[in-house]
Amino acid sequence: MAPSSRRRFEHFPHEADIGVRGRGETLAEAFAQAAVALTAVVTDPASVRARQAVEIGLEEDDPETLLFEWLNAIVFEMATRGLLFARFDVDLEGRRLSARAHGEPVDVGRHCPAVEVKGATMTGLRVAQERDGSWVAECVVDV
Amino acid sequence: MDLSLLKRRSEHEWVIEPHGAMRVPGVLFANEDLVRAMDHKVHEQVSNVATLPGIVAASLAMPDAHWGYGFAVGGVAAFDPDEGVVSAGGVGFDISCGVRCLRTRLRREHVEEKKKTLADALFRTIPAGVGSRGRIRLKAAEMDRMLGGGAQWAVESGWGERSDLERVEEGGRMRDARPEHVSERAKTRMRDEVGTLGSGNHYLEVQTVAEVHDAPAARAFGLEEGDVVVSIHCGSRGLGHQIGTEALKDMLTAGRRHAIRLPDRELACAPIHSREGRHYLGAMRAAINVALANRQVLTHLTREVFAEVLPEADLTLLYDVSHNTCKVETHEVDGRARELFVHRKGATRAWGPGHSELPGALRGVGQPVLIGGTMGTCSYVLVGTERGMKVSFGSACHGAGRGMSRHQARKRWQGREVVQELERRGILVRSPSLRGVAEEAPDAYKDVSAVVDATERAGLARRVARLVPMVTIKG
Repeated sequence: MAPSSRRRFEHFPHEADIGVRGRGETLAEAFAQAAVALTAVVTDPASVRARQAVEIGLEEDDPETLLFEWLNAIVFEMATRGLLFARFDVDLEGRRLSARAHGEPVDVGRHCPAVEVKGATMTGLRVAQERDGSWVAECVVDV
Repeated sequence: MDLSLLKRRSEHEWVIEPHGAMRVPGVLFANEDLVRAMDHKVHEQVSNVATLPGIVAASLAMPDAHWGYGFAVGGVAAFDPDEGVVSAGGVGFDISCGVRCLRTRLRREHVEEKKKTLADALFRTIPAGVGSRGRIRLKAAEMDRMLGGGAQWAVESGWGERSDLERVEEGGRMRDARPEHVSERAKTRMRDEVGTLGSGNHYLEVQTVAEVHDAPAARAFGLEEGDVVVSIHCGSRGLGHQIGTEALKDMLTAGRRHAIRLPDRELACAPIHSREGRHYLGAMRAAINVALANRQVLTHLTREVFAEVLPEADLTLLYDVSHNTCKVETHEVDGRARELFVHRKGATRAWGPGHSELPGALRGVGQPVLIGGTMGTCSYVLVGTERGMKVSFGSACHGAGRGMSRHQARKRWQGREVVQELERRGILVRSPSLRGVAEEAPDAYKDVSAVVDATERAGLARRVARLVPMVTIKG
């Protein structure tokens, strides 16, 4: 992934929960950055080392449902494997997403995880191309 | 909320007159201050729920109502079994999240001496927080028995006593659960999580009865000022969320097929008798069993700790309530007894005195209604009323509700400061995450006492006792 001077992921406040937002020159990068924002709900992504990888493959009819399922797939992998992810390589071809999520097992002492993310939601779910041609992918996640 | 949008029916009852596609009115139970403080989204969400097919009488909001996914948290809605719908957003994603309260037969001054040892032992024994695993590893067949058996399964597996079960809603086992409706992914998320607290606003607290409001009811509940109790707040963990998330997508498709017009995707629902409706109900009931089993296993772990630190303790259930459910119940509507599918999302069932489903010892007084506070504030034990049975389908509030986002809370407080401040006030907090503690700081929540006061004044439930924490285990 090309290093970027601009911060590509962020959170937006939403009631009791929190919104995750990823930006990118491509839709795939926006999806990858939304996933980094998801990690950041739990811990500082910079504290996570990329020591092992998990493959994720999905197919959905529309980009918003694909984002919803993508974030839910990461939640599932974090929960069932006890992992945190630092970095995501995402490929998008039409309706199909294939990705590698790089991370390591949760280390409570080092990662100080704040909270579990329980799922992505359809609230504030938005995938769109901005005027400058870049992409944004965002939704509220339930914690 | 703009008061001009409401018609005040009485001091604590506010009506949203049907407008647009609303089939029934909306009713908010709260005092003027609480209604003013509610955001406009509550008005919108209560109105949206009133548009759903088969809704009966009114779309209700409890005094602690706030924004939720689709349905407001603090929302109650009952549906006709033939015309009505079931909605995953009407149950909430942490299916059967609830509170269990255990009496200890110990007095405050006695526990005070061992408080630190007790806090450390509970923290070592109760799995809490991100990445924690329970003591149980469930293989497929055992998983299905747990999904079908709930707290009964837990007791039969050695995690508790048979007498615990009569103090749990549904006798500890939700009927008509369908383990085969629960996806493999949902089961995988639960494999190692039975008997874990989770994170967020979930907790285990050692509390003391600070005040008795209703002496006869407190006597019937076995509570006296200065008594020590343990409260456990948690739900169906990852499994409930997985079921809710999958159902949301499934119901969007079903809703389109059944031509249900939705003002909000999160309001997705399916006719009760549709394939998707029945599928969700079977899975959701299995998730209720998970929550009941989870709180039962945590009860057993708590007993182990007390046996070691304070062996003279005798932990018995006061009651176990769930505040995210959809249940089939009989209620009187316009003078006629009707079977209804009652959704309670962030609302506690509150049976009044005489209800046939209450155990003998509680039937005369009514059901204990357990209201969780936040660490450092207080919790309440209430009792269901006859009026609540008439006006709110036997429902009351469930807690304080956040007043501030996690983001704001993290900016305002440091976890270590929160822990130190609470320790100065005699409350020992144990948590694997200081950031989590900051996000859950007491002042990030609304005032639970104001919510409970309004609940009582609206007649939905009556205050019995106020509990204050001595030890808090936070996920």
